[in-house]
Amino acid sequence: MDEARSRWVGLAALAAIIAVLPLLLPNNFYFDVAVKIGLNAIVCVGLNLLIGYAGQISLGHAGFFALGAYASALLTRRVGLPAPLAMLAGAAAIGLLAFVVARPILRLRGHYLAMATLGLGIIISIVLNRELDVTGGPDGTSVPAFGLGEWRITRVSDWYWVVGGALLLTVWLSLNVIDSAVGRALRALHGSEIAATTIGIDTARYKARIFVVSAVIASLAGSLFAHAERFVTPIEAGFLRSIEFVTMVVLGGMASTFGAVVGAAILTALPQALAGFHDYKHVALGGILIGVMIFMPRGLVPTLSQMLGRRTR
Amino acid sequence: MIALAVNRLSKEFGGVVAVAELSFTIEAGRIHSIIGPNGAGKTTLFNLITGLYAPTAGRIEFAGEDVTALPPVERAMRGMARTFQNLQIFFNMTALENVMAGRHLHIDTRLLPSLLRLPSVTRANRAARATARELMVSVGLESYLDADADAMPYGALKRLEIARALAADPKLLLLDEPAAGLNPKETSEIDALIQRIAAGGTTVVLVEHDMKLVMGVSDHILVLDHGRRLAEGTASEVRADPAVIRAYLGAGAHAA
Repeated sequence: MDEARSRWVGLAALAAIIAVLPLLLPNNFYFDVAVKIGLNAIVCVGLNLLIGYAGQISLGHAGFFALGAYASALLTRRVGLPAPLAMLAGAAAIGLLAFVVARPILRLRGHYLAMATLGLGIIISIVLNRELDVTGGPDGTSVPAFGLGEWRITRVSDWYWVVGGALLLTVWLSLNVIDSAVGRALRALHGSEIAATTIGIDTARYKARIFVVSAVIASLAGSLFAHAERFVTPIEAGFLRSIEFVTMVVLGGMASTFGAVVGAAILTALPQALAGFHDYKHVALGGILIGVMIFMPRGLVPTLSQMLGRRTR
Repeated sequence: MIALAVNRLSKEFGGVVAVAELSFTIEAGRIHSIIGPNGAGKTTLFNLITGLYAPTAGRIEFAGEDVTALPPVERAMRGMARTFQNLQIFFNMTALENVMAGRHLHIDTRLLPSLLRLPSVTRANRAARATARELMVSVGLESYLDADADAMPYGALKRLEIARALAADPKLLLLDEPAAGLNPKETSEIDALIQRIAAGGTTVVLVEHDMKLVMGVSDHILVLDHGRRLAEGTASEVRADPAVIRAYLGAGAHAA
């Protein structure tokens, strides 16, 4: 099957890039940027399931990312849980939180949904800033190294491989779910909610399902981030981070899993590459974004792959 | 056997009465048409039957069960499917995927196996794809098997909606103006298709303005005017009914 082949071609290409990239990275600074690209890409691949495929906006996903980071930080440092267990416990709790808020929030549409998810992110941000005794407040909190027993991950080059593997896994999961009845239900409710209900798709349930999936993915990425950086502050939950994630998804191309990866890579690396512009960095960045959206409104990957005469997912 | 029983059904929109104390029954396995001038309440009636609208009063029974309070999804689960007068295609998917989505109620939709692409999911996908291909061929869309929905012409999209509805294996299929905007050749294809669907045991309810199609294909016709029943019966009975001729076909006219 053509589709099955394009899945594996995409995954193999991504694996090859991840495998070869370290040869081109001159020092730890670049490895650190690569790790951040990978973590952002993981969040974006999950968020793209919600935004690109199911057509539901979220301006609050940085909140889930930050909660995952704080869950790992606090459960390892204060409770003494092993890091992998803390990460899973955090993801379970955040999945539950997402499940509880999903139904009421996802009844809303369009601008109202954007407002509600924005509010959710802001509430999380406020809690992380204000609960000084628990979170350390705006100063943030340090995080122990990721490990189990005697084994530790500390070197940034090791983190590179962990995050690279996690990204491949996330992309694989995303491609799987899109090409399943669940994925078709998500795309269907995006295409026509009325038609979806009349073929038996419980649209509220599917929106909630994918909201939870994307929140859990963001939480897991947040946990990895906390251990990789060894420090986390409430900035990670901030409004700007949420906007960043959405922008990455839109830039790369909505409803394109590889687009989410490309968008995350560009918007994470570009600010570093534009550092030479100093004060004009943000102007240059904004200019590039506006240009892409004017000339490639569907996003980079869908537009480019169409130019190449092929459909990708 | 009675497939659908509508009892004193009413729907008001802020004082405007769209459907008024309407009662009728629909025999299983036959082709029923609902006709009437624009604004007679035909599409409103479809929306009430499929649960997209809640009635102001009255009761709807489907296969002997009161479904009046059930949401559209529950009615779909019990075997209702429909098409739409204004196309409700999933334009973000391929034609084939539109029909595969129609298999939703008959396929593995568990989240974890879908994420992990377990063999059961691969098998379900393959089966859904095969069924969808068959259905597309059976409605005459064999040349669009690999097409994106947003690249298809209007007439093909009308048939795509029928294929998607059929994918749910419905007991009751409601077709809202399937021939609107089609040329005579396409209309006669729809005619044959409707007869084949009914021959397969599916009850068909048709809302249609094309009188040639309606008169030729229907076992039973219900005529609505201003949300009320004007007449009911076979094609020849309805055609001869003075009230129908006056209100619908125009004074002095004789139907084709």
